[in-house]
Parts: sequence; C-alpha cells; structure tokens
Amino acid sequence: MSAISITGTAGSPESSPQAGPAERAQPRRRQWYRQPALIAGLAIIGVILILVIAAPLITSYNPDAQNLQATLSGFSAKHWLGTDQEGRDTFTRLLYGGRIDLQVAFIAVLFPFVLGTILGSVAGYFGGWVDIIIMRLVDIVVAFPFFVLIIALVFVLGPGERSIYIAITLVGWVSYARIIRGEILVAKRQEYVLAAQSGGLSNLRIMGRHLLPNVITQAIVYAMSDIVQDILAIVTLSYLGLGIQPPTADWGTMISDGQNFLTTHWQLTTIPGLAVVITGLGLSLIGDGLADLLRPGQ
Amino acid sequence: MGGQGAGEQVVGEYGTGVHGALLQVSDLRVEIATRRGIVRAVDGVSLEVPSGEAVGLVGESGSGKSMTLRAIIGVLPPEARVTAGQIMLDGIDLTQLSNAQLNKIRGPKIAMIFQEPMSALNPVMRVGQQIAEGPQVHLGMNRAQSAERALELMRRVGIPDPERRFRSFPHEFSGGMRQRVMIAIALSCEPSLILCDEPTTALDVTIQDQILRLLAKLCRESGTSLVFVTHDLPVVAQVCHQLAVMYAGKIVERGTVQEVLTEPSHPYTLGLVRSAPDVDHPRSSLVAIPGSPPSLISPPSGCRFHPRCKFAEEDCTVIEPSLRLLDSGRATACLHFERCLEAVRAEGADR
Repeated sequence: MSAISITGTAGSPESSPQAGPAERAQPRRRQWYRQPALIAGLAIIGVILILVIAAPLITSYNPDAQNLQATLSGFSAKHWLGTDQEGRDTFTRLLYGGRIDLQVAFIAVLFPFVLGTILGSVAGYFGGWVDIIIMRLVDIVVAFPFFVLIIALVFVLGPGERSIYIAITLVGWVSYARIIRGEILVAKRQEYVLAAQSGGLSNLRIMGRHLLPNVITQAIVYAMSDIVQDILAIVTLSYLGLGIQPPTADWGTMISDGQNFLTTHWQLTTIPGLAVVITGLGLSLIGDGLADLLRPGQ
Repeated sequence: MGGQGAGEQVVGEYGTGVHGALLQVSDLRVEIATRRGIVRAVDGVSLEVPSGEAVGLVGESGSGKSMTLRAIIGVLPPEARVTAGQIMLDGIDLTQLSNAQLNKIRGPKIAMIFQEPMSALNPVMRVGQQIAEGPQVHLGMNRAQSAERALELMRRVGIPDPERRFRSFPHEFSGGMRQRVMIAIALSCEPSLILCDEPTTALDVTIQDQILRLLAKLCRESGTSLVFVTHDLPVVAQVCHQLAVMYAGKIVERGTVQEVLTEPSHPYTLGLVRSAPDVDHPRSSLVAIPGSPPSLISPPSGCRFHPRCKFAEEDCTVIEPSLRLLDSGRATACLHFERCLEAVRAEGADR
C-alpha cells in the first residue's frame, strides 16, 4: 500500500509530478570530488596548512632569533630563502607568519558569522521595526569602505590581535546579516514554518531549528570568501604596523620590513606577498567550489 | 458554553445543540489589507464543532475557508487580522490569547494538517525528529521517550519499517507517506481538534482514499474532532458528519452531510453538487456555475451570490440574508430556499 518513490538513480528528469521533490533533491548529490575548483583550492590550502602547522618539523630555526653575522644573505642551502636584515631565516618566518595570519583569520571570521547570522535571522523573521533598526545599522556600516573602517577602528582600539577581532566583527557582520535576512525572508513564507507555528513551537525554536539549517549554507559559502578578505585585512594592518606586532613574524610585517631592500633583496617582500596571493586564491577556489556544490537546483 | 453576550443575531439563529461543542466560532471576521483595499476574507462566520465529530467546510478557492482555519489556530499571514468574533475552545477564547499562550494550545489541543505535505515538512530535518519535536516541547519528554513515541506514531499511521524511516528525510518519502508523517505530527500531542486544510488534494486518488480512511479511523479511535476544509464533495461525504458551505467569506448553508448534499437548500450548494461528477447517477454533462466569485473588496450588495443565481429576485439584491434555521437543524442563507428545494426535487423526480 505504500509506494515509496526513492529515485536513487539519475535520469528521468521531471518524469512525474509525484516524483518532483525527489528529483529536485538530485543535484544536491553532486559529488564534491567532481568539482575542479574545490579540489584545486583544497589542495592549495591543504599544503599551506600542513606547512604552517608542521613548521617546527620543517625548519630548525627560531623565527625570531637574530643572527647579526648573517644578515641579508641570499638563497643558500643553509637558508633556503635567505635571511632578512636581522639575520632571521626568511623561510622560517614565512611559515610561522602564515601560522599566525591564518589562525587569526580563521578565528576572526567566526565572530561576524555568528553575529551577522543572529541579527539577520531576527531581522528577517520578525520584520517590522526590529528589521528597520538592524538594516539601518547595516546601511551605516556598508556606507564606509571596508578597509577604511577596519583601519580606523583598529587605530582607535590600539594595535593587536584583540583589536583585529573586534574591528572585523563590527564591520564584517553586515554581509552575513544581509545574506541571512534575505534567505529567511524567502524561507519563512514556506509552509513548513506555518506548520511549525501551528505545532505551537516558539519563535526562537522555529528560527534556530527549522529556518537556520535551511539557510545557513549561503552564509558558509560567503564565509569562505570572507576569510580571504580577512587575511588581506590582517596583512594590511600588520603592514601598517597596526596588526600583529613585531617581533612576531607575520606576512604583513615581512612585506613592510623587506620593502627597504626591494632593489637588492626582492625575495624579502615578494615571497610573503606571493604567499598572501596563493592563500587567497586557494580559499577563493574553495568558496567557488562550495557555492557550485551547494547551490540548489539548476 | 456561555459567553454569548455579543447577542449577535446570527449566533442565536445558528446554535442547535450548544452543549458538547468543543469548538465554537461565532461571528468571526478576518480582514486582509492589500494595496487595492481591505479584503473581508471571512465575514461573520459562525461554526460549531461537537466533540468527536468531523465538520466539513467546502467552497471554491478564495471563499475564506482556509483563512477561517488559519484564524482558528492563530497563524494568519502578517497582513491579515481578526477584527471581530470569538473562537471558543474548551471555554477559552483563542482570539484573546497572546502568541506565547497560543503556543501552549497549538499542539496539545489543536493541530493542523496541510495541503502539500512536501512543503509542510522541513526538508533538512529528519522525519522522526519532526514527529518527536512536539512531544519534546509540549509533553516534556526527553529524547529517548519522544523518539519512542515517534516510532509508535509512525507505526500507527502505517509507515513501514519505522526504525529505518525515522532517520530519513522528507524527500525520500512518497506523497502519501509524507501525508502520513503529517498526520503523525498532528496526532503527536493528542489534540482534541485537528484542522485539515485540503489534506488530500495533492495526492492521487487511490492514496487519497487510504489517507482519508486512516484519518477517519484514527480520529474515531481517539475521539478527536475534525474540521475538514476541501472543495471535493465526495471527500466530505466520506469523512464528515456535518457540513458548512462557504461562499465569499460567509457560510451560506449548513447541516448534516446527507441533507446538504442530497437536498441543497442554497443555490450555490446546488451548483457545487451539480458541477461534481456522481458515479452512482451519471449525468450527461456537468453543470458549471456561471460567472466567477465576487471581489471581496467590494462584494455585491444583498446576497453575495445573486449575480450568479438563477433563482435571484429583486429582494436578493437588497437584503443581506443571514443563516436561517430550517426544520431539521439545518440552516440556509437563501431568501428563496423553497425554490431551490423545489428544483432539486423536480430533478430527483426526473431520474
């Protein structure tokens, strides 16, 4: 008496209206390993993560140890990428610098993600004056260019990691809030929300357990590209002397320290710069791949 | 079941056996604000659901039947609101409750089953969890107890292999199975009233029959009352005891299913019956009701059906008829119901 129509195999698109929803779910099963962008991005970021996490195993130097007898040496077997003006091994500093930059970026992306998702859900679900207030706040933040606002905030708060987290949270939440609000506005008109309300579930529960799981993927996809922006912001702040403070190694300070020697020792600036570019590229590829993978329909 | 202080004429005329009514809706009005004006989607509906009985609410699209249901359970769309009337459930007026208070009633007292089981189930939540959620929230069950209850409900509504299906997602179910899940969710907190909004419209006919039988059986077993909204007359005949016919936001006729469907006392009901195929007495052609439903922003004066009614007289355009009690407890809102009955009897004699 029960005709359970699980259409596990591909094909027969829109064969019957009954099978419609099951067919629609089909593209979600696109395998992740068939996404070239995702694979390339995962490979790049995977290699980078292994390098920076395993840094103490790869190099025996201390990133902060000065050796004034061997300053500004070129490429050699002893110092693969040479040393800087204070005789510190560039390769070692590159790995340890990546460590701190990636760590700060991955932590920094969480706060705006959480804050923006909560505020966006509330604005989209309740609407009315709550929505108006939250979205006007968004408008105010969006009116400033991202980097200008970040730099201004860190300048006011004082340099350091804590300020980076605060600044990125205060500026970054707006994108998540906009994305989630838009998704919730559509999703809350779905009948399952009506059904949940008819079942006597509280608004908090409907938002958290019914709506969010349906809309959160868009925010996750955005978070991938947001990390790129955060890394750039962290490196930029450090370059300006507002971010990671010397002597701690970091790509931004390395670029800024090395630029005095650009004509004679180009590698001091160029190589950390390339590290930023490659990391950004890898994360962007993951973001694109995820977006393709998770995009419903088509 | 007191509280008729409003003294509305319609209410007084309507009531037959007030005692034992589980749900009593009196003079309910729902208005929807649109850009073109205020739509009076429900305009003075009075309805009474006795304990353990099934009441059908039929009418064409836009007649206000779904809005009536949504007003009862308090999930009107944001642009709609109840402007007048009472919804008494077990002596409590639901229109006076806050959302938080309503949340204690929705689930354990009233539940609702929707038309499209696919969109009414959360696509990213496991089916078992969706059934178990109500008992967790309303009956204070822990995870294990509510899961056990969900499995028991899945067995009761006839979902095979519930242990395995518990962890499935809605898209892995067929339409009929999804509607069984909806029924299980509705029954999960043992409500005394279930509102059904065209629960079988999206299903094919054989499945439709299974679902109706299941619903009727489960409600009979547990003594649950039903309000059954549909535009499908055979479905009403199968499930319901009482029937109310809605047209343009008003109830135009009401009585037992048998009476109303065999001897309609309102021309609109007659039109509905004639436009539906009848297997036992095949007619050469189905008769459509001429015209289309009126605008609810500026409804016709007098009887709202008069522009489409072949029995309409001069007075129909002026007098707005209210429900009048006829002999055997049925009520009609037609000024010339005798002519309608005559026509029905004449047709019956022909056959």
